[in-house]
Amino acid sequence: MSPDSGNPMLPSRRQFLATSATLAGGLVIACFVPFGTRRLFAQEGGPPPAPPMDPNAFVHIGSDDSVTVVLKHSEMGQGVWTSIPMVVAEELDCDWSKVRVENAPNAQVYANNAFGIQGTGGSTSTLESFGQMREAGAMARAMLVDAAAQRWKVDPSTCRTEKGRVISGTHSARYGELADAAAKLKAPEKVALKDPSKWTLIGKPTPRLDSLAKVTGTAGFGIDVQRPGLLVAMVARAPVFGGTVKSFDATKARAVDGVVDVLQVPSGVAVLGKHTWAAKKGRDALVIDWDNGAGATMSTEAMRADYRKRAGTRGLVAKTQGEVDAALEAAEKRIEADYEVPFLAHAPMEPLNCTVEIGKDGCEIWTGTQFQGVDQGVVAQILGIEPGRVKIHTQFLGGGFGRRANPVSDFVAEAVQVAKAANKPVKLVWTREDDVRGGYYRPMWLSRFSAALGKDGKPSAWSHTIVGQSIIAGTPFAPVMIKDGIDATSVEGAADSPYLAAIPAHRVDLHTPTSPIPVLWWRSVGHSHTGFVVESFIDELAHAARTDPLEFRRKLLPADSRNLRALELAAREFGWGKPLPKGHAAGLAVHESFASHVAQVAEVSVEDGKIRVHRVVCAVDCGPVVNPMTIEAQMQSAIAFGLGAALHSKITFKDGKVEQGNFNDYLVLRLDEMPKVEVHIVKSTDKMGGVGEPGLPPIAPAVANAVFAATGKRLRSLPFVLT
Amino acid sequence: MKLDINGREHEVDVPADMPLLWVLRDVVGLTGTKFGCGIAQCGACTVHVDGQPTRSCVMPASALAGKKITTIESLGSDGSHPVQRAWIEHDVVQCGYCQSGQVMSAVALLASKPKPTDADIDAAMAGNICRCGTYQRIRSAVHRAAELAGEKHHES
Repeated sequence: MSPDSGNPMLPSRRQFLATSATLAGGLVIACFVPFGTRRLFAQEGGPPPAPPMDPNAFVHIGSDDSVTVVLKHSEMGQGVWTSIPMVVAEELDCDWSKVRVENAPNAQVYANNAFGIQGTGGSTSTLESFGQMREAGAMARAMLVDAAAQRWKVDPSTCRTEKGRVISGTHSARYGELADAAAKLKAPEKVALKDPSKWTLIGKPTPRLDSLAKVTGTAGFGIDVQRPGLLVAMVARAPVFGGTVKSFDATKARAVDGVVDVLQVPSGVAVLGKHTWAAKKGRDALVIDWDNGAGATMSTEAMRADYRKRAGTRGLVAKTQGEVDAALEAAEKRIEADYEVPFLAHAPMEPLNCTVEIGKDGCEIWTGTQFQGVDQGVVAQILGIEPGRVKIHTQFLGGGFGRRANPVSDFVAEAVQVAKAANKPVKLVWTREDDVRGGYYRPMWLSRFSAALGKDGKPSAWSHTIVGQSIIAGTPFAPVMIKDGIDATSVEGAADSPYLAAIPAHRVDLHTPTSPIPVLWWRSVGHSHTGFVVESFIDELAHAARTDPLEFRRKLLPADSRNLRALELAAREFGWGKPLPKGHAAGLAVHESFASHVAQVAEVSVEDGKIRVHRVVCAVDCGPVVNPMTIEAQMQSAIAFGLGAALHSKITFKDGKVEQGNFNDYLVLRLDEMPKVEVHIVKSTDKMGGVGEPGLPPIAPAVANAVFAATGKRLRSLPFVLT
Repeated sequence: MKLDINGREHEVDVPADMPLLWVLRDVVGLTGTKFGCGIAQCGACTVHVDGQPTRSCVMPASALAGKKITTIESLGSDGSHPVQRAWIEHDVVQCGYCQSGQVMSAVALLASKPKPTDADIDAAMAGNICRCGTYQRIRSAVHRAAELAGEKHHES
């Protein structure tokens, strides 16, 4: 869809400028910054990629001096609502207290430059848009300066900007006073950006802009959307993945007070009520005869046995060097271990939901989504309309962690199916049980290691076989992200492990079984298992070599590497090697993901058979820093998320059914288990990395390695079991 | 039935077994109180009933006649309550979805224990899940709120 199609939902740049200036009496700055980044979204099967010269609109300056940053990313806790406006405001030289934020509409101009479609994920937000947002701010500033220079009949070079004003000699004008005139000017093709040494906002600890709304209960989440005549829908889905409805009896459901309609939809049977309680009670009263299909015999135990069997054979080779088998055969000291991690639900605090209104002009969607670009295409396809007629009103997300970026837009598509069948405005709401049992899990993984230690105490051979489902297979991303049968996300953090360069003979191979269980990216994606297994097994090798785990890593990692710099900082700040209280022990881990390098040292004790994590010292090198407060918060957050998974969380199957359902049996971290986390940021001018996910991979191995140091017991599966 | 919500009387016509949560959100239109689990496991729906922290997702509205129901909206929209001020100062929130419940649990804790210890906070707040893991900041913000409330008390 080109924005120049005359479609009112995707205005051209000219229309956008004219409309916005008319409506708000101010200036909208439009700009486009071309990027050479690869586009992850494959051409076929998904929405078309952006034409290269789409305009873009990120900044609005009101005559009241307000600066509104139009945010193309979804705020799901990670702090883009603050960090992205900081980047714009830095170049704009505006008054930070005048900055407001609003969610962008869905349009190709708001595409993620790393994806080629609109979407938030992969810890990409700041790094993919950093230059673009700087240019957006700088362009606005340049136009305001030009407007002022014309008004005062001075050369623009005599003008400077400061806290929302243009100043030249004795002249001074507020941005709001200049906005109208600036809106009539031609946008400059090129703008100069500030030298980083002149930054006053980027790099400065800056409190969040969404705090007030979120402590007063006024922040608008998808589930809070209210519309005239809106019905609430719940869908009864098959208890086994792949199951279908044979028949159903809605008599009792229809008799429930407040139930308005019961309808069959592709994913099951939908009950529509005047309110959530009616929909839920109605759904509980449904009598459905399911055909559970081939999945009905599935169990996690059987899958684990199958995975172990597969691990005994060679998979597709993702990375290899030297004669691995010969080196392992000849080894004097060989170490072998299996590691296992379970399926995991994301369980964001806001259960999945989506509000849909289908009208004669198109379809409007209100939801918290990470994947507007995909949702738009999926909805258009269901309704048989042009993608440009799908309008998505992005709301605050009550957590995402990957679950709200679904390649088939599962919860959005389901809501549209229900609204289409009902021919009424509908808010689809999932319960927590729907969420925990609804699939799109982090896959279950098995890793089998075999390594040899040389006489020098360094590993001489390394074989790592990985078994687990692909999250990319069958999605539109497959052509780009699966190469020669290997899903890059299955082996990330393993096939590109920095340790391999120091091991003469090494091999990483992959088996990719399939199952009816839908799987998806879960915070830190493949690194959520490879970080654990590689850093745990390295620790095993260190102990086998009778070498201090920090010293062992120093021997294997290049001295000037970002991993080692982060590790040294974490170890120093922790006081690695210094005595700890009786019964306490420390473990460490370091892992690169999403172009950031994170090291963690955990202090633990084991009391009454329970692991207690007292303190975590975390060092992160994510390159140039936008908001240190965001980075600190994201490290704490990822540690809590990863620690909950390491200590408690698992999804298991028996007779094809998920055995967990809610927070009483799908356990996550609670406040009383939160360790004291100290975050240290490595001063770095290296390439910018992400921060939403990289804090997660090191926590499970750091804790497991600490438990080994405390007890001599090696924890090779998640969640940890001590007995 | 009649319900006293934030000092105002509301006449609502709902099924007797309908939990307070859905009365607040879907009938009265107070959406600050959140749905997280529906079985009193996560605390997102925490309100006060006669001052006591209560999980509104399992509390039938019909049991609340004559009782005072207080929700996040009662604290005001300017963020001036000591707990809200502390939360903002400590940059606690992330996705923010659980925070209405966190704030209401903290307000109740401080009402019963004006100077809570870490152990008090652990005991009172462990029922409120935050998937973003803002726990460390919640702990420090509760201590800060206790200070702020103390100052306020001292001034008045």
